[in-house]
Amino acid sequence: MHGIVGYGAYVPRFRIKAEQIANQWGADADAFKKGLLLEEKTVPGPDEDTITISVAAARDAVTRAGIDPQLIGACYIGSESHPYAVKPSGTVLIDALGIGPDCHVADFEFACKAGTEAMYVAYSHVKSGEMPYALGIGADTSQGAPGDALEYTASAGGSAFVMGSEGVVAEILHTYSFTSDTPDFWRREGEFYPRHAGRFTGEPAYFHHVLSSCQGILDRSGMKPEDFRYAVFHMPNGKFPLRAGKTMGFTKEQLEQGWVVNLMGNTYSGSSPTGLAACLDEAKPGDNILITSFGSGAGSDSFILRATDRLPEVQGLAPKVRDQLADRRIHLDYGKYVAYRGKIRMNEV
Amino acid sequence: MITPRYHREIPQRYRLEAGKCTACGEIHFPPRAVCRKCAGREMETIALPRRGKVLTHTTVWIPPAQFEEQKPYVNAVVELENGVKLTCMVCEAPPDEVTIGTEVELVFRRLQHGPAWEVIQYGYKARVIKA
Repeated sequence: MHGIVGYGAYVPRFRIKAEQIANQWGADADAFKKGLLLEEKTVPGPDEDTITISVAAARDAVTRAGIDPQLIGACYIGSESHPYAVKPSGTVLIDALGIGPDCHVADFEFACKAGTEAMYVAYSHVKSGEMPYALGIGADTSQGAPGDALEYTASAGGSAFVMGSEGVVAEILHTYSFTSDTPDFWRREGEFYPRHAGRFTGEPAYFHHVLSSCQGILDRSGMKPEDFRYAVFHMPNGKFPLRAGKTMGFTKEQLEQGWVVNLMGNTYSGSSPTGLAACLDEAKPGDNILITSFGSGAGSDSFILRATDRLPEVQGLAPKVRDQLADRRIHLDYGKYVAYRGKIRMNEV
Repeated sequence: MITPRYHREIPQRYRLEAGKCTACGEIHFPPRAVCRKCAGREMETIALPRRGKVLTHTTVWIPPAQFEEQKPYVNAVVELENGVKLTCMVCEAPPDEVTIGTEVELVFRRLQHGPAWEVIQYGYKARVIKA
C-alpha cells in the first residue's frame, strides 16, 4: 500500500474582507462577493512567505506521519511565489526540519498546480521503492494586481504531504494528468503581477482541463461520483469548483468539506491540496476522496485516495484546516494589506 | 548579518539546536565550546522544546531600519518548557495580546529580507498559543 502517511496545512492568521478591496477601488462589494462566492481571503504576515508556510505545514505533516525526518529521501515544494528567483526554497525547509543532507530537493512551478506535481513525484518515488518516504508540498503567497479581480482571491497558505508505504493514512489508488498548451494566465520574468486572459481562463482553460482530468481518472478507475465521500476541485474562486463538481455529478455534500475558498481565497499551489487536507481532517476509514488540481498554462492532476484505519489516529495530532480558518483572525484594512504584501515602493535601507 | 555568520548559525536559528554539557548537564543556547558552569568541553547537541511562556516583554515602536515594516512589534524573553531562556520577537501579536505568562510556541519565520540583493534570513519567533 502506498500513499499519504502524514499531512499538514497552514493558514495565515491575517485576513482582508472583500469589502475592503471593493471600497478601495470603487467597486460593488456585493457583486464581487456574489460573483466569486468569497467573503475574505488570507494574507501572509510581514514575516511569512512560501518557505515559512511550507515549513509550518511540513512540520505538522511529519508529526502526523510519526517518522524520523532523516528517512525522508526527497522534498519538493510547488509554488509560483518562491522567494528567490535563483536559490531553492527546499534547502531552507530541509534544514529547518532536520531532513537530509541525504535528500533530493527541487522546487516545482506550474501556476496553481505545482503542489499536486510535488505530491505526484513524491508519491512516484515511494511507489517505485526508491525511498521509504518523500515530501510533497504546495504553498503560495500569490499576488493580484491592485484593482484586478484577482486581488479579491489571491491569498496565502499551503499543505504538505509525507508519502510512504508504512503507516499509510490515505492510500492513493489512482492518478491521472491532463495537460495542453493553453495560455490563459502568465507572468513573465521581471513582472510583479500576473496577467490573465479574462473569460478565456474559464471554458478552454479551467473547465476543459479539470473536467477532462476528472473524467479520465473516473474512466481508468471504473469508479463513479457516488463512490466518493469527498471531492475537491481547484478553487480559483468559489463558483468554478462547485460548477465543475456539479457538471461531473458530485453533490453539494461531497464538495463542501474541501471547499475552503470562501474563507481562505485562492492559495494557488496550496488550493486543492488544502481542500484535500480539510477532507482528511474529517474522513473515516474506507472513505474515498477525489482531488483534481488545475494549473494555468494549462493542466490538471487527479488523485483518488481511500482513508485507512490509521487516519483517525493522526487527525488530532496537528491543527485542522477549518479550526485554523476560524481561529483568532486579524482583519486588515487595505493600507495595512498593501504594506504587508509589499505593494508600496519604499526607500531601500 | 553577513552570509558566513548566517550559515554558521543555521542549526540554532532553524532547529533550536543547543549544547548540553555531558559532564554536568547544563544546557547552552546558543551553543558554546566551554560549559559556563563546570568548564567542561564535551557537548551533546539537543533540540530545544518549542513551547514556553513569556517571562518579560517590551514593545518596539522605533526599530532598526530592517524591521521598520513590522512595527510595532513585541520582543520577549521566553522560558521554554525545559527552563532554557531566549530572546525573540513575538510575531502576529498586537502588543496588548502579550503579557507575562502568555503561552507561546516557537515558529519558523523570516527574520529579515532587506534589500533585494541580500540573502533572506530565517529563524525562530514566538507565536501566542493562548492569549
